[in-house]
Amino acid sequence: MVEEEKLKGWKDVPIGGKILEAGNSRKYKTGDWRTFRPVHKPELCTNCMICWMVCPDSCIKVGKVDDPNKGKKGVSNNPKLGNFGGFDLDFCKGCGICAEECPFKAIEMREEKEFKEE
Amino acid sequence: MAQKTKRAMTGAECSAEAMRQVNPDVVAAYPITPQTDIMHAFAQFVADGTVDTDLITVESEHSAMSACVGAGAAGARTMTATSANGLALMWEIIYVASGLRIPMVMNVVNRALSGPINIHCDHSDSMGCRDSGWIQLYSENGEEAYENTLMAVKISEHPDVLLPVMVCQDGFITSHCVETAETIDDETIKNFIGTYNPHYPLLDVDKPVTYGALDLFDYYFEHKRQQLLAIENSKPVIKKVFEEFGKISGKNYDFFESYMLEDAERVIFCSNSSAGSARVVVDELRAKGEKVGLLKMRVFRPWLNEMVVEKLKNAKAVAVLDRSASFGAIGGPLFMEVRSSFHESAHKPSIINYIYGLGGRELDLDQIRKVFSELEDVKNGNTGELLKYLGVRE
Repeated sequence: MVEEEKLKGWKDVPIGGKILEAGNSRKYKTGDWRTFRPVHKPELCTNCMICWMVCPDSCIKVGKVDDPNKGKKGVSNNPKLGNFGGFDLDFCKGCGICAEECPFKAIEMREEKEFKEE
Repeated sequence: MAQKTKRAMTGAECSAEAMRQVNPDVVAAYPITPQTDIMHAFAQFVADGTVDTDLITVESEHSAMSACVGAGAAGARTMTATSANGLALMWEIIYVASGLRIPMVMNVVNRALSGPINIHCDHSDSMGCRDSGWIQLYSENGEEAYENTLMAVKISEHPDVLLPVMVCQDGFITSHCVETAETIDDETIKNFIGTYNPHYPLLDVDKPVTYGALDLFDYYFEHKRQQLLAIENSKPVIKKVFEEFGKISGKNYDFFESYMLEDAERVIFCSNSSAGSARVVVDELRAKGEKVGLLKMRVFRPWLNEMVVEKLKNAKAVAVLDRSASFGAIGGPLFMEVRSSFHESAHKPSIINYIYGLGGRELDLDQIRKVFSELEDVKNGNTGELLKYLGVRE
């Protein structure tokens, strides 16, 4: 669904379904299509970032969390480290490609209903 | 001053001549009888370099219409042509063209749809597109196909309209028969057509836009409502374009064109080449003092119901001739339109329907005489069957 925008009347939208601005797909959050949610297992993750390469929706965030250079998987705010930085659940459709491709089984797909209480 | 030339041309050549003068940016087409003669002639113009058109030879009509939609979205002045099963194969993209509000002009050379397989004239192909959101113009002869094709470009591209237009002519009867047709000089036509200012073209890279995005329950209905307004808007635009072109050609064009209608009691309503045959019989019966007339349809979509009522208000009995059937309906598509146009009128003529000419069955003058003769009974209150068949063997 289109978010952050009140639905407009027929006289106020461009004809033919044309969208007159670029980069508008960020307004169309596809996360609610998801049946399975990716869950990160930091103890198995080596930050190889294969998940980042294969995600078709650019939903693997980079940096900001677990910094292996600190000797434990602690949080780093340095994006240049290029570490695994979590999933963008607003847009992740739950395809599971990241989990399938992860050589270390550090991503697990779990049914969305398990997270309903959150 | 417009220079007019009279030449012996087929209907297909007339359409191709109009296309040459329009000099579209892109034409994408696939051969199908009887449309092939249009593209045959136009391909010659391309080969000779007399037009600048990018002629895309595709692998099917589905691709032809798809290429036209792509070209139109890019901002190109786009044209194509087809017939019958070719039009049927375009079906999915026909709706995309009108739904995405892409102006283009398509010559449809009317031919019966299979099956059983048949290549000759009836209107089942374009009448099937009745609700596709395209404007539809019908042509009695080659000269009208020429004029309609030129006017269609201007109607289609008008900023209040931005809808595709079909220009129909009868397969073989018009498309392959040679008649004298009057054409107008290139310079005058070029000025009439003018330059095309596309609405948010994809190739305008400074203003990036998206065409064909997913449009679900939140906005699809709104876009269809806009489309309904656009075809409503086309009514005054068509009228204006008819007047403007009429000043050049010296002829009168209208949504519905009267012949001997002023005091006519018995009237035939029809479209395309049959109007020419009906006119001959009207002349013949008028010479005998009979009050008969003809109302020819030029524009089917949009349908100007108030004009039908106005033009037929003095008639007592009207026969609507449909060259296609609407299976299971009250009658043919034209009949249903004419009949419901009168719903709010206090005075209405008796209106009956004839299905005729399916699969190219000839409509001869005797059949038209028979219609006028049966209208005499209808006029006297004996309507009989509402739906009759003309020219079918019992």
